[in-house]
Amino acid sequence: MKSFSNTYIFIFSTVMVIIVAALLSVVAMSLGPRQDMNIKTETMQNILTSVRVESTAKNAEELFNKYITDSYVINPGMQKIENEVALEVDLKKEVSKIEKINKLEQSVQERKVSPFKSFMAGFINFKEINKKEVQDQIAKLKSERKLPVYVCQKENDTYYVMPLRGKGLWGPIWGFIALESDMNTVYGAVFDHKSETPGLGAEIKEWRFQKEFQGKKIFDDDNAFHSVDVVKGGTDAANLHGVDAISGGTITSKGVESMLYDCLISYNTFFEQNRD
Amino acid sequence: MSDKEPLFSSRNLKLLRDPMGANNPITVQVLGICSALAVTVKLKPSIVMALSVIAVTAFSNVIISLIRNYIPPRIRIIVQLTVIAAMVILVDQILKAFAYDVSKQLSVFVGLIITNCIIMGRLEAFAMGNRPWPSFLDGIGNGAGYGVILIIVAFFRELLGSGTVYGYPIVEKLGIENFGYVNNGLMILPPMALITVGIIIWIQRGRNEELIDVS
Repeated sequence: MKSFSNTYIFIFSTVMVIIVAALLSVVAMSLGPRQDMNIKTETMQNILTSVRVESTAKNAEELFNKYITDSYVINPGMQKIENEVALEVDLKKEVSKIEKINKLEQSVQERKVSPFKSFMAGFINFKEINKKEVQDQIAKLKSERKLPVYVCQKENDTYYVMPLRGKGLWGPIWGFIALESDMNTVYGAVFDHKSETPGLGAEIKEWRFQKEFQGKKIFDDDNAFHSVDVVKGGTDAANLHGVDAISGGTITSKGVESMLYDCLISYNTFFEQNRD
Repeated sequence: MSDKEPLFSSRNLKLLRDPMGANNPITVQVLGICSALAVTVKLKPSIVMALSVIAVTAFSNVIISLIRNYIPPRIRIIVQLTVIAAMVILVDQILKAFAYDVSKQLSVFVGLIITNCIIMGRLEAFAMGNRPWPSFLDGIGNGAGYGVILIIVAFFRELLGSGTVYGYPIVEKLGIENFGYVNNGLMILPPMALITVGIIIWIQRGRNEELIDVS
């Protein structure tokens, strides 16, 4: 066996890595548009599934154009944002906005309730969190939210479809929820995931979990926003605000629950103004 | 090995044939079992998986064989891994672009071809010491040997578990369900893949006495 000098080994590995990297980036760049198309088609199929329209990859676009008559992006103050296409809103960014808002809100609340800190503040100068500044930040983040809405016309009924995105156990989960025109009753829901455990968390993708959402209500009797809970240990079918969680998939189930709550509460004004 | 050796000499053909039978990577060497359990619920993903593995083994064999005299022995495993990983990412990207639904079904298992011991085993045992053409045949042979078992297992699991063959509802069309036949849900679960592989091994060793382990 030949022996090679260290310099040779370094040069060899560097050249190899550069060649491989260049090759893979060229491939990724050239196949990118096709892959994006596939993802877009899948999104359309998911939206169609949430309003109970069956579709295949081939006729997804045609059916989408037929049933989804309108789609727009609104901000939480109900204004339509011009020049935004609902299908192209980056939900990942929206999720990180939600997370930031939740974190900031928590920090404001913590200032109120920590008796230890208020006691200690007499001795040590804590760096004061300027409450007003934080609230301004929250308000700014909230005003930057983009909320896509898809309007579906099917058999003389109107449905509204909202996209969802949140965290599962191993990676992101996402989905769509369709509401009837009373903005309260769930018409259909569809979920998907990147890498949940097969047989456990991955079951959120299955019809038998998704069909439970049909007919549930997101507002309670006092017309306050409630969302739909995913109840561990099971719940009555008559419970209008809860569905059975998946045994063994608790974290994913909880992820679905907080995804529904976090995403839908931003639409609160929209729902209330459009309710009958 | 002379330069004048014909492309399909008996020795080269043996490279192709052996892994299909007496030296099968799954049933004889017992390699790559993990993915064989995971992707064989339906015929279609198994066929795609088999083709992907054939492509990866064949081309990484050729590449390693081409540069085998320039690879420093001290980092050869890393070099092999880099080549395999690059090939697998290529396959994965192509699947995502042209067979999106299948690539979703195979999910992580395409990525896990990288860790499939068949491929690294062939690189280390064969491609490091042979010319590109025999290495190519060896890669095709071993990939196909793996694929054949995958497809056989998937055929039985899909037929008995879901009552379909390549998505065609054969049990329903034959009308056996009228006589009280029910699909066996257990076939869909991974343990039954192991048992099916076991039955294949049993049949193969029953027919070929050389394979029987006396010890």
